[in-house]
Amino acid sequence: MLSRVADSIFWMRRYTERAENVARFIDVTLNLTLGLGDHLDYQWEALVYTTGDQERFFELYQNVSQENVIRFLTFDEQNANSILACLQYARENARQSREMLSSQMWEELNKFYLFVRDSRNDPRAIDSPFEFFTKVRQFGYLIDGVVSGTMSHGEAWNFGRLGAMLERADKTSRILDVKYFLLLPSVSDVGTSIDISQWGMLLKSASALEMYRRRFGRLSPKLVAAFLLLDRDFPRAVRFCITRAERSLLSITGGSPGNFRNRPEQLLGRLRAELEFLDIDEVMQEGLHDFIDGFQGKLNAIGDAVHEMFFEVQVA
Amino acid sequence: MNSEVTSHGTVDPLGIRVYDSHGFFDEMFAAPGHPRPGVEFLVERLESLPLGELQRRQRAADHELLNMGITFNVYGHASGTEKIWPFDLIPRVMLEREWLYVESGLKQRIRALNMFIDDMYHEQRIVKDGVMPEYMIASSKGYLKQLHGMNPPKGIWCHITGTDLVRGADGQIYVLEDNLRCPSGVSYVIENREVMKRTFPQLFEGHNILPVETYPEQLLKMLQFVAPASVRDPNVVVLTPGIYNSAYFEHCFLAQQMGVELVQGPDLVVKDGYVCMRTTKGLQRVDVIYRRIDDDFLDPEVLRPDSSLGVRGLMDVYRSGRVALVNAPGTGVADDKAVYAYVPKMIEYYLSESMILPNVPTYMCADEDQRRYVLDHLHELVIKPANESGGYGILLGPKATREQLDKYRHLIQENPRNYVAQPMLALSTVPTLCGDTLEGRHVDLRPYILYGEDIYIVPGGLTRVALVKGSLVVNSSQGGGSKDTWVLREES
Repeated sequence: MLSRVADSIFWMRRYTERAENVARFIDVTLNLTLGLGDHLDYQWEALVYTTGDQERFFELYQNVSQENVIRFLTFDEQNANSILACLQYARENARQSREMLSSQMWEELNKFYLFVRDSRNDPRAIDSPFEFFTKVRQFGYLIDGVVSGTMSHGEAWNFGRLGAMLERADKTSRILDVKYFLLLPSVSDVGTSIDISQWGMLLKSASALEMYRRRFGRLSPKLVAAFLLLDRDFPRAVRFCITRAERSLLSITGGSPGNFRNRPEQLLGRLRAELEFLDIDEVMQEGLHDFIDGFQGKLNAIGDAVHEMFFEVQVA
Repeated sequence: MNSEVTSHGTVDPLGIRVYDSHGFFDEMFAAPGHPRPGVEFLVERLESLPLGELQRRQRAADHELLNMGITFNVYGHASGTEKIWPFDLIPRVMLEREWLYVESGLKQRIRALNMFIDDMYHEQRIVKDGVMPEYMIASSKGYLKQLHGMNPPKGIWCHITGTDLVRGADGQIYVLEDNLRCPSGVSYVIENREVMKRTFPQLFEGHNILPVETYPEQLLKMLQFVAPASVRDPNVVVLTPGIYNSAYFEHCFLAQQMGVELVQGPDLVVKDGYVCMRTTKGLQRVDVIYRRIDDDFLDPEVLRPDSSLGVRGLMDVYRSGRVALVNAPGTGVADDKAVYAYVPKMIEYYLSESMILPNVPTYMCADEDQRRYVLDHLHELVIKPANESGGYGILLGPKATREQLDKYRHLIQENPRNYVAQPMLALSTVPTLCGDTLEGRHVDLRPYILYGEDIYIVPGGLTRVALVKGSLVVNSSQGGGSKDTWVLREES
């Protein structure tokens, strides 16, 4: 397929995944701050740090408040990672590759974008946001479903999944990083009901609470990290995402696991193997934050290698 | 108001029983209250709609178009650059028997035009035999002298033509102009039908309307047919100027429906004498390019050096027969309103037939007698530049100001070859939803003609409607909309 089109599909899926994750973060923070009294702005601040756009936020807003953060993350076009901006990019990328998509897929993505755009001036989206963010999440599922159900699982689909999986792995690692940082230092809270609900919320923001319960039962910080990073079967766990990303890459290149013939295969294979043979105690020894920092660096290197290998074809 | 009140309450809320086209030829009604034969069922269905029903469905259709992203781009228009092209739910109906007549006329016309173009790039017999004056060729903007002697695959130049038809007050269908460069709009024909079926299925029930959905299949078949002779399984692509082009939606739509790649200039490169596209697996050869960019922009080496839309070296590959371009470059020589006036003569000259579907009478300003007539009757005529498309540069005499008339008088005298004049036509009308009732609005019709192994014409075509009351301008850029066009098979 055309390099330019592969590039567009890769980014279209990254951006829809990103939009859905941002909605997921907000939804969960709303849940978390309800019923816990006032002075919970730090939860909203943490959310800004999760997305990594804290600098942009403080350029645009004076203070952290629920309303400001929701506005910034949802509708602010000056924030390149707001839901609205992500959907704009996703849609522009879809337009660039529209002939490769099924018409249903384009239609659902278009509806998704129009829904968020039209909610921008609707006060209900900020005032009673549950309905709005539930709908955004539903659109996210719809996009996943329509992509998987109406698009041939060939090269274009694999470029899409590669993009979506790299994005999801990044987002899951981020939420773990920030929440862990935020939750762990408050030693006095350990074992209290607030503490338990916080860990539960962390899992919930990755829709992981029920699946975690089945795997490990009671909540413990270390096992939460183990689940979100290293679980083999949970679809938002980092290891799961990386495994699927590698499968898509190998489908595209025709390569086989355990070998590599090019840079993306090498980097992604190495990362997948590392996650497969890693023990959570080793991660903790290294320090979770440092580990995640290193992991995100590797993800970026993979993104660069994919770009060089497939999207920038040189005429020899 | 227009609606009648009876003991059962309001009937015919749209006022279709009292619909009056005010003296214009109407496509649905022979006279107020008298539907034309064949469309009675449609009138009955519209008449029996409850109050507000058509409006509700019209809104549903608009919503559907927005969701489907069926939009066109307007240059210099902010907010995403996309707009919906207005679509009116009341279809324009033509009986199959009349359509067959139109179809035979168009096929004849396209065969003659193709022979004319081929003649232009070879011996120019039509000029040598004195049927057409030489200055017509020498001064044609669409003529590409670099292509003299060119033999495109299968001898076909004008693969895709959109010919604009209008019906005058006399009920006769006339050919208004031939668009032989990159005619657009066929995607709306297909999408209008789909939206119509989604939002108003009841209108279709029990009637046999010729399908338009087969167009992409026919298009692909034609594109594969004209591939270079040595190629077995040709790689076909659609070449677009990109997402900012006003017809980008259509480029995507056609590529998608045919299942071929949609490429932009920078995706293509000439390597070792072939055109290739940059793919994730390296360079891949391209055999047929359905190009939606104008001749001038195809190849910066040969044509416009400042073009970034085309492909450097493309024309060399084309001339050596290693890639097919659709439409063939240089086809524009026949897309000229002065050449148009000679089509009746071409048909006689090349086919020894007489013209089936008439031209609109056309005065050639290059001819001294005709020019004198035009200059004396400017205020009654429509003046058209010979080489523009999209309705640009047209002067409607009866609606022009004194200054505009003077300006055109001057322009014509300065460059007579570049202008033709036609009588102002009273275009036919079709009932159209305007607010709460139906009013007559003027329409034209653009059938799309594919010239491959045989000639295929999509049944009906695109009906464009001037939504502004009294307006005769149907162009999308100037307040026009569209309607679904039904070619109705009569019950035997």
